[in-house]
Amino acid sequence: MNESVNREPEDLVLRLRGITKRFGDLVANDAIDLDLARGEILALLGENGAGKTTLMNILFGHYVADAGEAHVADAAGALTPLRSGSPNTSLLAGIGMVHQHFTLAENLSALDNITLGTDSLFRPWQRQRSARHKLATLMDRSGMQVDLDAAVVTLSVGERQRIEILKALFRDARILILDEPTAVLTPQESESLFATLRRLASDGLSVVFISHKLAEVLAISDRVMVLRGGRVVANTPTAGTDGPRLAEIMVGRPIPPTVRQPMAPGEIVLDLAEVHVPGEHNRLALTDTNLQVRRHEIIGIAGVSGNGQAALSNLICGLATHDHGRFELFGRAAIVGSPARMISAGIGRIPEDRLHDGIVGSMTVWENLLLEDYNQAQFATARFMRRGAARANARQVIDAFDVRCPGPEAPTRLLSGGNIQKLILGRVLSRQPDLILANQPTRGLDIGAVTYVHQLLLAARGDGAGIILISEDLDELLTVSDRIAVFYRGRLSPTMATEDVTIRRLGLMMAGQSVEGAAANAA
Amino acid sequence: MRLEPRNDVPVYLTILAPAGAVVLALALTAIPLLWADVPVAQAYALIFEGALGSRFALTETLARATPLIFTGLAAAVAFRARLWNIGAEGQLYAGALAAVALGSGAFVAPAAVMVPMIVIVGAVAGALLMLIPTLLKLRLGVDEVVTTLLLNFVVLLFVSMMIEGPMKDPMGMGWPQTAPMIDQATLPKLIDRTRVHAGLILAVVAAVVVWVLVNRTTWGFEMRAVGANPAAARFAGMPVARVMLRVGLISGALAGLAGVGEVAGLKGYLTLDLSPGFGYSGIVVAMLAQLNALAVVVSALFVAVVFVGADFMSRSIGVSNYLANLIVATSLLTMLAASLATRYRLRLR
Repeated sequence: MNESVNREPEDLVLRLRGITKRFGDLVANDAIDLDLARGEILALLGENGAGKTTLMNILFGHYVADAGEAHVADAAGALTPLRSGSPNTSLLAGIGMVHQHFTLAENLSALDNITLGTDSLFRPWQRQRSARHKLATLMDRSGMQVDLDAAVVTLSVGERQRIEILKALFRDARILILDEPTAVLTPQESESLFATLRRLASDGLSVVFISHKLAEVLAISDRVMVLRGGRVVANTPTAGTDGPRLAEIMVGRPIPPTVRQPMAPGEIVLDLAEVHVPGEHNRLALTDTNLQVRRHEIIGIAGVSGNGQAALSNLICGLATHDHGRFELFGRAAIVGSPARMISAGIGRIPEDRLHDGIVGSMTVWENLLLEDYNQAQFATARFMRRGAARANARQVIDAFDVRCPGPEAPTRLLSGGNIQKLILGRVLSRQPDLILANQPTRGLDIGAVTYVHQLLLAARGDGAGIILISEDLDELLTVSDRIAVFYRGRLSPTMATEDVTIRRLGLMMAGQSVEGAAANAA
Repeated sequence: MRLEPRNDVPVYLTILAPAGAVVLALALTAIPLLWADVPVAQAYALIFEGALGSRFALTETLARATPLIFTGLAAAVAFRARLWNIGAEGQLYAGALAAVALGSGAFVAPAAVMVPMIVIVGAVAGALLMLIPTLLKLRLGVDEVVTTLLLNFVVLLFVSMMIEGPMKDPMGMGWPQTAPMIDQATLPKLIDRTRVHAGLILAVVAAVVVWVLVNRTTWGFEMRAVGANPAAARFAGMPVARVMLRVGLISGALAGLAGVGEVAGLKGYLTLDLSPGFGYSGIVVAMLAQLNALAVVVSALFVAVVFVGADFMSRSIGVSNYLANLIVATSLLTMLAASLATRYRLRLR
């Protein structure tokens, strides 16, 4: 479905031809052509490793392409060759980039962050006055409002992103590249970002919007370009396509939809009543939390990251202790504060940061599969490891959970993110836990891997496990969970049946509006 | 030109790389020798002759390698778990002091009882000394690099006090040294009229035991996991503090054994020049061996060859035996470069 988009040449602000970039044997970008018109919002869609970020890093001067050429319109609108190799030349050519991880100095004010690097070191106060004037106009035109004198550290994620965009506009960007801009936003913040982008585009700004989320690509873009394995596999107006079709093009095969069959919940496996966990650095981490999880049930936990999810997760993983309240597992008071006790009690734990907490990268795959089980009689006799049994077990798990790796002897750090997650899931689920805590289990994974993780969780639910799923992806929560609760400032809302919840209502609750207010707004 | 990680390291490289590193180090150290108008080929030939060229030379090299194997193992075990024990020198003296305290007449029993006892006492002394910095690290987060290093000087001063004072040999004609070990507490010689003693066998056995411990037991599994990623080890339910404590005790005990061997196998009494820095050289030995316990034996032999040979060369043609330090230090650097070469492949484009 490569419908060529014909545009008048003078309309173009960016033209890439045959951009190729190799990393060793890997072809990250394979002869990519891209046209971007003035005022157009182009979505760049693709899975991890499809080459989106590489392409944009070439454009922004972080990498040099092995082959191909790039032309960018100058201020007068004439296409001129872009000399690659330095972000500075790209900035001067009118290309601005907002990285997924913001590049702001937290201790400086918004204004300082925006003008940083453009400021003359001499007579800064004069520059400041003209900068304020220019920014006032920019904020007026774009509808983005930011307190220029506030220190960045005090600002919300949405505000920080606005500063990043203003930073690009302040440097007269005519092309704005946004790398996964909604990953950290609430639904409402995303809405407001989209409104801003539409407004800027109608004003003549061209936008490249990198994403792997289909819904937002459909909502915001004029045109979608899909990358797979470093190649352009589709380039089509957004109006003529739909989600399932794009997903199939992106992955290269049909993706079966995840279906959650209704199930009658069983006995209670986890019972938290009025639980209170003190936060680190005297911050309150978890306040008066009530939560019940039953067998055959997935409880989704929504919320902007940092609102208490970590404390809840640490408590159940055995890394933190509560100072009052009741914490029962399988009808008995839980022994808290010991990961080993939690494992032997029958809890499967999938850590939020899989590289930091989930695996030992320099050790082999079979050793990592053994991390929680090395002391069990089947794998050790009198402290001597039964390596044969461990390797045989590893081969089984690798097969059963489709962990793609050169073999059990491969160092785990060489595996891709999705396969590392499958390894952790294999380790956890092959113990057949009665309670599973999955903290951001699909973050950063490809659609195929995400679907697989969802199926595994649903299968575990079918086998009788109770599951707590902490996620920032609301679509995921709505697809997989039976009930959903929302964190805000250390407090967990009562759980609601998924059928009664909308994304909009969740968004309001994540932003701190009361359940009643949210319900009224949703009605 | 760029480096790419290798997915698997071919076996020939793991043997070729250290050998290449040594050759390169010798080539690099030839530069200052040429500068000083020293006949390089002759100097190197003398080093080899002095270390390996005769029965006497060989036995000297083996005697010198014995303490280096112990201190090398002490460093290798600790570093594997990212416990930076720089205090093997002090632990060596602690082990020697304990062995002398028991073995110089304070207690008399047949050799079959005495020898195992001083070995155990020396190991315990080294372990207890390492216990202090390990506990400080675990309880209070004190950096063990600082505490283990500084404890070396504390121990040396303590030993100095003991051999000038309470433990001074009354028959020693005023020299600062302890009374000699009694015969029953002396490690037997392996070869008559040489300095090779039973400590060498103990050292090789220790290397095998440490290798098995690290690579084949659940304790070693925990040590490696805690060393490579403490957060993941804790998350997986491993007793991280207990593992660290265990590693500290094992490491200190191995360094203590180095002191036992020197005092009960070689010198016969304790002086302040018992060790010419075996504790510090052990770090180099461990790094050259890439923390592999079996390779520690080989790398200790290499370092011993260089030191013994350089002494001989120095006596023969008058080049300072500091050259030994230069060769060992350069080898360490080229070895680090070689280990990079085994893990990455150089690709020209």
